[in-house]
Amino acid sequence: MATDDPPFAMQPPRLLWQTATIEAIALQTPGVKSFFFDLAQPFAFHAGQHVDVRLTAPDGYQAQRSYSIASAPATTGVIELAIERLDDGEVSPFFHDVAAVGDNIELRGPIGGHFVWSVPQGGPLLLCGGGSGVVPLMSMLRERAAQRATLPTVLLYSARTWEELIFRDELLALHARNDGFELALALTRESARRERDYARRVDAAMLEDVLARIDGTARHVFVCGANPFVEAATAALLQTGLGAALIRTERYGQ
Amino acid sequence: MVTRGFSGRPRPQGGEGRVPPGQSLTDDFPVLSAGPTPHIAEADWTFTLKVGPKPIARWNWAEFNALPQTTLTRDIHCVTKWSKLDTRWRGVAIDDLLAAAGVDAPTDYALAHSFDGYSTNVPTADLVGGKAMIALAYDDAPLAAEHGGPARLLVPHLYFWKSAKWINALQFTRRDEAGFWELRGYHIHGDPWREQRFSGD
Repeated sequence: MATDDPPFAMQPPRLLWQTATIEAIALQTPGVKSFFFDLAQPFAFHAGQHVDVRLTAPDGYQAQRSYSIASAPATTGVIELAIERLDDGEVSPFFHDVAAVGDNIELRGPIGGHFVWSVPQGGPLLLCGGGSGVVPLMSMLRERAAQRATLPTVLLYSARTWEELIFRDELLALHARNDGFELALALTRESARRERDYARRVDAAMLEDVLARIDGTARHVFVCGANPFVEAATAALLQTGLGAALIRTERYGQ
Repeated sequence: MVTRGFSGRPRPQGGEGRVPPGQSLTDDFPVLSAGPTPHIAEADWTFTLKVGPKPIARWNWAEFNALPQTTLTRDIHCVTKWSKLDTRWRGVAIDDLLAAAGVDAPTDYALAHSFDGYSTNVPTADLVGGKAMIALAYDDAPLAAEHGGPARLLVPHLYFWKSAKWINALQFTRRDEAGFWELRGYHIHGDPWREQRFSGD
């Protein structure tokens, strides 16, 4: 497990709840919407960090959930959260079906001092995202692009279908910059659409192939997604010979 | 602040008074950890009890399993907002571990250490008196690797990051020394009923 984290003071000494106003809502995929929150008290954050959101019912009942920040740290003041609608969920259906532009939502952040990356930490960087696990990785890629960094970076992004790839057009555009960023897509329920993409679940051979695109090694590895994806991806990464201490994970779901 | 249009799930039935603030019940058993899941063979497994830097007792897998074992059925609460009721565990109570080593609680604080480099701090008062164990089984089955097997710390009345997976040592310390997440912004104690999620809470 990676313990050579950046300086620990990544989170304020006290995390205070604040009111944020939904400034815009954008449909990303059939199941994912981005919500842009205008913060009453803007904060600096690092790519990979998340916020806690708190909803309150009229009887005082409260529900809290954590959502990764998708926007780049440079864009303080407004943060983007990309929220997947979980049919049996409590908070995500509220966001998808009820929340509207102008609504006030309580949140606090930034949270997290481990699954974080900033340009000075350098690379080569291997990012592996499954489904909505791409969200914190997107913040890292946006930060890399905003800083005009050229460190070797590859994103392996797995989703069921082409249509379900969150930030697809933006990722394709980032890849087209030819600035050292490689994009590898793995679809699990459709055939591949791009020449070097994959149409299967993540495995060791795929990760070796992906690592070869950044000269065969990585200094920082971030894996995010539902637990079965993270288990499969990290087991495959260890099979390729990468050290466990390089690999940071963020998991959700069963 | 009431959120426009939010009513929430039907309030927990049968869980009244058992779900701390900000938590939601789940029947699943979500997996959260900061790195890859280590798979530790029983032949490679050891557990060390330390006071400061000094080891005072050490067990291999067979020796550890020969220690007296107890069962605990407890509600557990993860800082990522899920709670799970009536989870059933079997393992070696910290009280029995200390007795086997022939010592009383040596200091007021402890640090749990894990095979993967993880650590977390817990006051001794939260470990003794039947409150905590080194768990070897969950739901009558050997503890799965992704849930911390072969053995994990179980301190069910604190947020679950305190229940260190893949534990290999318990170190008594004179001062309360922050562990992995405690150094990264999480609360030094982690009582879910006081909602001690992050430093400053």
